[in-house]
Amino acid sequence: MGSRASRLLREEEIEEIKKETGFSHSQITRLYSRFTSLDKGENGTLSREDFQRIPELAINPLGDRIINAFFPEGYFVLVIFREDQVNFRGFMRTLAHFRPIEDNEKNKNPATEPLNSRTNKLLFAFRLYDLDRDDKISRDELLQVLRMMVGVNISDEQLGSIADRTIQEADTNGDSCISFNEFIKVLEKVDVEQKMSIRFLH
Amino acid sequence: MATLWRFTLFLCMLLMACEGLSLASGHGGAPITTLPIVTWKWDHISVQYLVALWVLVCWLCKLLIEANHNVTNYIPESALLICSGFILGGMIWGADKVQTFSLSPTVFFYFLLPQIILDSGYHMPNKLFFTNLGAILIHAVIGTCWNAASLGLSLWGCHMGGAMGDLDIGLLQYLLFGSLMAAVDPVAVLAVFDQVHVNEVLFIIVFGESLLNDGVTVVLFNVFDAFVSLGGGRINAAEIIKGIVSFFVVAFGGSLVGIAFGILISLLTRCTKNIQIIEPGFIFVMGYLSYLTAEMLSLSAILSTTFCGVLCQKYVRANMDESSVQTVKYAMKVFANGSETIIFVFLGISAIDKVIWVWNTGFILLTVFFVFVYRFIGVFFLQWILNRYRLVPVELIDMVIMSYGGLRGAVAYGLAVLLDEKKIKEKNLMICTTLIVVYFTVILQGITMKPLVMWLKVKRAAVTEVSLLEKITNKMFNHTLVAIEDISGQIGDNYFRGKWRHFEEKWMTPFLMKPSARKKQDDVFDVFHQLNLKDAMEYVTEGERRGSLEFVRNDSAILDFKKKLESEYTEVMPDIPPYMINDHVSDMIGFLCSRDHIPSVSLEMHEQTMKAMRGAEAVDVHHLLDQHLYKSRKQYRHGFSRSDFKINRDEKEVQEIFQRTMRNRLESFKSAKMGVSPPKTIVKYSKKEQQEKTPNGKSVSKTKLCHSGDEDFEFSEGDSASGYDSSYPSFSMRATYRPGGGIENPAFVPDLYPTDLLQEIPPWLAESEPDSSMVAPSLRAQANLPNSPMEMRRLGLLRASTRSTDTKQMNNDQLPPPPTSPPPPPPPSGQM
Repeated sequence: MGSRASRLLREEEIEEIKKETGFSHSQITRLYSRFTSLDKGENGTLSREDFQRIPELAINPLGDRIINAFFPEGYFVLVIFREDQVNFRGFMRTLAHFRPIEDNEKNKNPATEPLNSRTNKLLFAFRLYDLDRDDKISRDELLQVLRMMVGVNISDEQLGSIADRTIQEADTNGDSCISFNEFIKVLEKVDVEQKMSIRFLH
Repeated sequence: MATLWRFTLFLCMLLMACEGLSLASGHGGAPITTLPIVTWKWDHISVQYLVALWVLVCWLCKLLIEANHNVTNYIPESALLICSGFILGGMIWGADKVQTFSLSPTVFFYFLLPQIILDSGYHMPNKLFFTNLGAILIHAVIGTCWNAASLGLSLWGCHMGGAMGDLDIGLLQYLLFGSLMAAVDPVAVLAVFDQVHVNEVLFIIVFGESLLNDGVTVVLFNVFDAFVSLGGGRINAAEIIKGIVSFFVVAFGGSLVGIAFGILISLLTRCTKNIQIIEPGFIFVMGYLSYLTAEMLSLSAILSTTFCGVLCQKYVRANMDESSVQTVKYAMKVFANGSETIIFVFLGISAIDKVIWVWNTGFILLTVFFVFVYRFIGVFFLQWILNRYRLVPVELIDMVIMSYGGLRGAVAYGLAVLLDEKKIKEKNLMICTTLIVVYFTVILQGITMKPLVMWLKVKRAAVTEVSLLEKITNKMFNHTLVAIEDISGQIGDNYFRGKWRHFEEKWMTPFLMKPSARKKQDDVFDVFHQLNLKDAMEYVTEGERRGSLEFVRNDSAILDFKKKLESEYTEVMPDIPPYMINDHVSDMIGFLCSRDHIPSVSLEMHEQTMKAMRGAEAVDVHHLLDQHLYKSRKQYRHGFSRSDFKINRDEKEVQEIFQRTMRNRLESFKSAKMGVSPPKTIVKYSKKEQQEKTPNGKSVSKTKLCHSGDEDFEFSEGDSASGYDSSYPSFSMRATYRPGGGIENPAFVPDLYPTDLLQEIPPWLAESEPDSSMVAPSLRAQANLPNSPMEMRRLGLLRASTRSTDTKQMNNDQLPPPPTSPPPPPPPSGQM
């Protein structure tokens, strides 16, 4: 593994990633070494199994969902096409959602919205619910997420009514699903910028 | 706690040297010549009496102040309380020419402060506190040391430079003075920041600092006090190291004591189910004990009580009964607010004392200046460093407010009074300076705080409404962040938070929380619960506003009921859009009524009926009947019980029965007169008509449609003469009744007959209609008035067993008269 970690990224590759994700040079190299250490297959890509090997993810209730989020095509597509590999670019692209928003980024023109913008952060969270990628959170999808996060103490019945209530709360157009716009609306006041950011070490 | 409180005040007044008061008292010294019928015993109660009186006076001050809203908008309450203290002190001075009352350290530290600290610990927003714990600790420890050292050294420097004239104060004494001035005071901070509503991060940093720096202050104070006693010559490296060690021992020891007591409280509340009345008392007593224990071990008492409160809050809230939780909450606020008031008033009173006023312009002004300036420097420097490690840096204007919020208060004053006059010659100057700093910070900075916050446009606390999706998504965010940190291989805040949560769930919760409470503890469920409670409250308020909602006995019933209903609703009718599911309780009740073909009864009855439906057990219903039947007079006229504070419903019941009796008599009189009226006439009343007829013209706010949208539930207006409103079915021939307005007793049986097949509205329903004269009960109703208790019971049981359509059908068959004829109005249920 040592040899792989030392196989450095090409400079132009770093530049591209920097441009796309906004990570700093040192962050990219640091995350690259993490990437290679996760890459047990040593083929420059990460598979689902590579992620699943991280012990903490096993006890994270949303672990599998988050692993899925690294595979851009979504779960169902993956099953069909068996395209369950993610390269470093994709890895970084996903992580970039969690980069804190810096002051100088706030006034950028919205055309080139960075990956860590509020909307993209929200979209990431939304996709964690939206398993079938129909841009709607249905009752079933919500129920699945709830089941993952809520302890066994709550009965299915109660969980069902929680899900109903949640949807009813957010649903404005009466299709009994939560669309992305409705999702944004509900979380209007939430400090998503802060709550969906972590400090990446330099 | 009441005894504790009284005891507090007792000692408080003891220390106030009340014998100085020249109140005439009847002396029992003279030999009695005859049996006195009434004697004047002022001496017996003088202390207690004065204590109570002072508390009353302080609180009256607050009352007066709060009565003037236009003043409190500009000047914080704490400043006004101090001012009223000045006035009171002036009055005493004018009467006695000597200050007999002042805030003594003992009273302050042992009786007034603990409650405030316990309250702030218990109501600490835990997550916010621990998220910012790093910043809080840095400010509390390093910031306070910096304040103390810089103030002491600068004053000493100025002294050496000759700015203060001739003072007998050495370097160590300056440092001692600096250390007592260093601590930001939690009471003052709370009092001012409570009214300003700055954003929560800013608040928690200042407030957390003010709580936690106590450990530092106490250590610094003790260390320098000891150094002053030792004298400069005997201080060596070993002593200084001891001082540093003692800091850690005091701070961590205090916190550990607090944690131990927090665990004890949590464990205790696990098993106080049977003594619910005094359950809340445990929190107070144990909290106070944690304070005293830490004090006994010469550890930091404030830290101990703070952590005790922080730790136990979650478990206490889960373990105790809801009403006990509320009691704790309010009682704590009463005590904390009460002692806060007393503290400020007495801070004012203490000032009116000739003895302590030793003026030294240089010393006093320089102290005020240094306190103010070094606070700014310290905060800016520390926060500048901290910002480099913060995810969201604290903004510059926030730092200004943080510095400006460095209020000194009663803790500094209490410590100053504790100084030993033998060792420190200028004690009075120090007290006087402390008071001036306190007044400067609390009054001047307090008054200017709000305009400053406005002017700088500091981010204020946002008022947010809880929503379920928000809560769930927040939880999701947390999990996601932990996962991302794991994936990217970093160990950050989220990593530790994740670990802690895991640890807590695995070890602490099963240990400290009742098994039955663990469900409630889930925060998604908790939000759900709260939202439901809110709905129920709104529902009740709305109903009461409209004048008839006697059927709701308690909130929990309606809640349980609602929850149950929801689940059933979705089971039964999955195809109905969910937005209809939860919208209004009344809808559901209405729906239930129509679905189960149960006419209106009290809510509990519904619930119980449904239970019974599931278990197919009539026992429940019998039990329910037992519970809800009006008690006979013999039964309910029993006295007062200390351990039972259920509201006595006797009065209400009597009234209810009376009203119902009168109503029924009226109805039967009417029906006898009017004869039969064809059912059709009733059906004619349209929804609209009915709405128009509501006395005050309010239209019904919720007209949700169940089924294919033609059921309409309304609250009847103040006119509860009939107690029933029905919705008028225009498509299905079902009569759906609004659940029994005015019906308290499920055994009350106006609608004993299953009415699903009713094609007409029972006559008495139309009673509130203007042209009710057209309506009258059927012949059968007139013929078959159930007027014996026996008959009533029969009907009641039949009614109670209509739990499913099958049984109902059966009942229908059993009923001798055809279902088309509505049941007669029942006789007064009081008969039962």
